[in-house]
Amino acid sequence: MAKYKPPHQGKLGQIIDVVVLLILIIGALRLPLWLDLAGGAKTSAAFNPAATWADLGQNTPEKIAAYNALGFDTPNNEALQNIITARYDYTINYLQLLVMIVVVVGYFFLVIRFSGEEYKEVIAEKFGDRK
Amino acid sequence: MAKASEAAGGKVEKISLLRVLGPAHVWALGVGIVLVGEYMGWNFAVGKGGAYAALIACWFAGLLYTCVAMIDSEVTSTVAAAGGQYTQAKHIIGPLMAFNVGLYLVFAYTMLEAANAITLGYLVSQVAALSGYTGTLDQTPFIVLTILFLAWLNYRGVLATLNFNLVITAVAFVAIIVLFLSTLTGTTQLHHAGLMAGGASLPYGAIGVVAAMHFGLWYYLGIEGTTQAAEEVRSPARALPFGTMAGIITLLIAATLTWYICTGILPWEFLGDGVNGSVAPLFDASRLSGSTFLMVLLGIGTMFSTMASANGCINDASRAWFAMGRDHYLPQWFGAVHPKYRTPFRSIIFLVPIAILFALGAPLDQVITFSILSGLLEYTFMPINVIMFRRKWPLDTIKRGYVHPFHPIPAIVLLCLCAITYFAVFLGYGTQLIAMVGFYVVVSLWFHFWRYRFVKRGDQFTMPWPRPRGY
Repeated sequence: MAKYKPPHQGKLGQIIDVVVLLILIIGALRLPLWLDLAGGAKTSAAFNPAATWADLGQNTPEKIAAYNALGFDTPNNEALQNIITARYDYTINYLQLLVMIVVVVGYFFLVIRFSGEEYKEVIAEKFGDRK
Repeated sequence: MAKASEAAGGKVEKISLLRVLGPAHVWALGVGIVLVGEYMGWNFAVGKGGAYAALIACWFAGLLYTCVAMIDSEVTSTVAAAGGQYTQAKHIIGPLMAFNVGLYLVFAYTMLEAANAITLGYLVSQVAALSGYTGTLDQTPFIVLTILFLAWLNYRGVLATLNFNLVITAVAFVAIIVLFLSTLTGTTQLHHAGLMAGGASLPYGAIGVVAAMHFGLWYYLGIEGTTQAAEEVRSPARALPFGTMAGIITLLIAATLTWYICTGILPWEFLGDGVNGSVAPLFDASRLSGSTFLMVLLGIGTMFSTMASANGCINDASRAWFAMGRDHYLPQWFGAVHPKYRTPFRSIIFLVPIAILFALGAPLDQVITFSILSGLLEYTFMPINVIMFRRKWPLDTIKRGYVHPFHPIPAIVLLCLCAITYFAVFLGYGTQLIAMVGFYVVVSLWFHFWRYRFVKRGDQFTMPWPRPRGY
């Protein structure tokens, strides 16, 4: 196999590639955050000003003492109630699960297949064409 | 650092790396980056599944990383070249896989760096509050300055900063041991029975245990970075497996001690909320011990572990980015070495704003999830890598420095644990997972159909191996 000579990439081309990469990186990592699609599916109960420690499930002296030591003297505190009552929703959305499986498996399939094509060229140039 | 580099004038200079590192250095390199996982982030596993779920996740994640270490040690002891998994992928699977692995490394470490900066900013605000400051402290300048300072250190040179890292990592590790000893002497009181009463230990039941695997990885994430030093180790065949396995055992012990202390002091709801509740759980546990000495010690431990980790992350991420620039997988502009300090200065500078962008504005759990997802993709690559490695070069064709036992069982176990962890991330963070993998799909297409034309084909294979079977 003839040795492959890559084209020269000028400064402008390199800058464009850097900008494309930046857009892709920031887009992929920040877009879900900006669109409020990222993060834990976690919700807290509405604030109850009359809630007692027992209402919040803090039913042992050790739990109450720990919260007191952390600076929460009474259960009548919105920030505290947000922390204590927050729960994940683990109801499985099977369509979304299927999408996830297809995306992850499809991604690895794509990468291994394209890598295989490129790898053949690497080996052919390194070791010569198979006789 | 000393690597082949393409200088501005196009002249190529080659400087070989010095083989000066032993197993202890390998151990310190891995633990230095990862120990921060005991100081922050792991506690999200408590939030996802409860206290016991976090402990079970810790042990299963330990098994996952044991498989990673076994597999990685065999390949690395044979591909004893700088670049770790990136270089492995180039030789075993192909350029596109290597490009992806390089990106996994960069994003896992850059997001970890951002998480470290967030924790440091929180720590400063807590110290201000404990010192009597009553206002709301703006953490932004502390976060930005931390990243800039560490980037500057890395820009100036690696040796002094890594030596500094060893010392502060040791202090952070000792701080955990001292806090644990204080529970034995009675200085710090633990209340496991009272704090775990009712449904507190497993509030979501069995599915919570699976969900906790997501953040269970955080206890050890980055330990595989030991292979980055393969070219600088005196005896890779001995030092890499030994140092990496010793590192995992150390982290397993530190993680279990951390879990034991924190779940005995902090209520699980507060402990499990690393954004509004316990950002730095060991520091919070020491605050409740009533001992000023312990509080100061764990505060210093938190600060040191975050700085050591961020420092190591900048080091590793910039080198992976640099290596891809050098190979023309990225614009070759990134493949430059500073003429005086011999550091990949352009890569270091380029990654600074990305780290800052995430450290400011993104909640800690999401930043950590980005890091974990990149790590998880890398661990999924590893079993594929070792299976192809054994097929292309069976044991009798090239000499390995280390042959991992029971092949392919570790690879299969690792793949199964990765599949469970994808599902764990899906539980609560599914959109982020799909967005992240979607990014890798798009960027892979960009590489294959555009960027690969600038890559010299035969230069991608540098190991003195025979032709792979089947090619």
